[in-house]
Amino acid sequence: MFVGVDLGSRAIKVAAWQGGRLVDYKVRESGFEPHRQVEEMIQEYDPCTVMATGYGRHLVKEYFAYEVITEIKAHALGIHAVLPEATTVVDIGGQDSKVISLNAKGQVVNFQMNDKCAAGTGRFLEIMAASLAYPLGEFGLAALDSDQEVQINSMCTVFAESEVISMKNRGVPRQHIARAVHASVADCILSMLNRVGYGDTIAFSGGVANNPCIVEMVRRSLDNVRVIVPENPSIIGALGASLHAQSQGRATE
Amino acid sequence: MKWLFRYGCSEELFLKRFEEEGKIMNAESFEIKACPEMWKDLGMDVERFDKMRLMLGEIYRKTYLTQKNRPVKMAYFDDMVAEIHGGRIKEILAAKAEGHPVIGTFCVYIPEEVVLAAGGVCVGLCGGSQGSIPDAEKILPRNICPMVKSAFGFKAGRICPYFQAVDFVYGETTCDAKKKTWEILDTMVPTYVMEIPQMKKQSDRDMWLSEVKEFKAKVEEVAGKEVTVEELKKAVKVMNGKRRALQRLNTLRHTKPTPISGKDVLLVEQIAFYDEPVRFASQVNELCDDLEQRIAAGEAVPGKDAVRIMVAGVPMALPNWKLHHLVEGAGAVIVNEESCIGTRYYKDLMAEDAQDMETILTDLTKRYMNIDCSCFTPNDERIDQVLKEYRESQADGIIHYSLQFCHTYNVEEIRIREACAREGIPYMFIESDYSPEDVGQIQTRVEAFLEQIRG
Repeated sequence: MFVGVDLGSRAIKVAAWQGGRLVDYKVRESGFEPHRQVEEMIQEYDPCTVMATGYGRHLVKEYFAYEVITEIKAHALGIHAVLPEATTVVDIGGQDSKVISLNAKGQVVNFQMNDKCAAGTGRFLEIMAASLAYPLGEFGLAALDSDQEVQINSMCTVFAESEVISMKNRGVPRQHIARAVHASVADCILSMLNRVGYGDTIAFSGGVANNPCIVEMVRRSLDNVRVIVPENPSIIGALGASLHAQSQGRATE
Repeated sequence: MKWLFRYGCSEELFLKRFEEEGKIMNAESFEIKACPEMWKDLGMDVERFDKMRLMLGEIYRKTYLTQKNRPVKMAYFDDMVAEIHGGRIKEILAAKAEGHPVIGTFCVYIPEEVVLAAGGVCVGLCGGSQGSIPDAEKILPRNICPMVKSAFGFKAGRICPYFQAVDFVYGETTCDAKKKTWEILDTMVPTYVMEIPQMKKQSDRDMWLSEVKEFKAKVEEVAGKEVTVEELKKAVKVMNGKRRALQRLNTLRHTKPTPISGKDVLLVEQIAFYDEPVRFASQVNELCDDLEQRIAAGEAVPGKDAVRIMVAGVPMALPNWKLHHLVEGAGAVIVNEESCIGTRYYKDLMAEDAQDMETILTDLTKRYMNIDCSCFTPNDERIDQVLKEYRESQADGIIHYSLQFCHTYNVEEIRIREACAREGIPYMFIESDYSPEDVGQIQTRVEAFLEQIRG
């Protein structure tokens, strides 16, 4: 069995691949000593070949994995497996977001990643949802309900939060503020897409792909481009890692 | 060798040990030497500086001394790090006591030949560390270049012995952050500012030559003597010799597979800014002899199939080893630094045949005008230079490295990126500062870039 472990900043994702199909997957919030959590999550698959990816990939390698790949390669492999027509991957994770450009074989030809700040990430959405007292699952839907164009000017999470607070205190309805927050993340993604360039099919992956508003905003801003979301976007990185474990396993046999 | 020791440097300090032992220092015994008495005399914050010394030693051990299969002749450079705040400062103070001017700098535009000809010592000042930035941020705005902040903080916090030892600081007008900071720095240490033009028209060339002459007058005033043609000719030879040695090193490391890590070459390039030039050149040449043997024996660092990366962009002042450590930690090797602490410092030599002061100074100005700093516009020669060095170094990809708020390099990056796209060169841009907070993200990007190259 080939197991991909994606140890991200907010969640641990595991995908188990056997006999040419995905046989199991798990997603858990990550806590302290995440390698212990990983150990529990993958125990039942033993014996297996583990490939690690995500922010904590080197920690996983120290304990169980026989190799690591970056989340950029993992998301490229995962998306290419489930949506082979995708030319570009948008992965919005907890701590950073990436735009990855693929060739016809699904290999990475170029990528952009936001550095050094939380703007345009899942973390930004989380903080803003909390500030507006929305459960995360309802945040995107609420924003879709708004038809008002208000704008957050600051890209910085700290300053954006004070902007949100001052909007609240001006009496702006919260779904409008929610919309502004989503628009700010979507703008950040669009600007990365423009820098990397994109083909005719953009696929989302990562936890934030579950947010319908972000996907819809990106879709509406681009003409003649298909924007698609796979069935289970959170585990795409783990899936890609498990596929890489398989191809490496074969290569070494 | 004799010429340099007239300053009273202690030969045994550096050389005897290697002749006797001739081997690389091991990680356990390495430490940055402490000279608390001397630091106190220099008016330093000794307690705090001693903590920084221990931290630097620790970083050096982890970053450098854990490398495998290093060239034996790196021992001298390890020792230069061990003596960075001890032995080398003693030498500089001894020279100063004999009336030789000591001039600190942050820029490769300083006409070093003029300083040497006046019997002076030219030292690169501290400016590559996060540790001094809080000192700077008490006074300077936060959103300016980390190198300027770090350097200013070293003086404000009295935690750089080089800053404490200089007669004056050579400042220049290569960026707005620097040129306005000189005004504040001048209240703490005498700061002389030489104007560097922003274009390379004839009027700029004329102005540059007159700036060189003014700088010469300033150095002569501090030295209390006039520079003779003979002294200047000798200094030109010394600097050419030093630059040739660095060129030789860079050519040898371009060999495929490379016989030396990028970290080690970066260190040599950094030490070039504070070591005595004749001794330094002779040690670099010895290292080169060592590398020639390693190449003949097929020694490869880290291995024959390592991905080769060229770095272009802003200088990495000691101890800024962040990017090299990440790239080489991921199994690749850096084979070129297109940077002020790198090729921009040594790619150009100057004519040695002129016989009169005016011609020598004109040749000298020509040499310095070939430096393709991004402060110039237009600066097409740098784009060509990056592509040339890419080909010469047989690299597999380029990482452009800029410091935050370095507007000229950050904007020029666009043109480098376009040139790489045109030439089909794998390319990545990293903008960072001295703090460790983005190490995780940069590591991911570097590893992904290497995956992309490996295919």
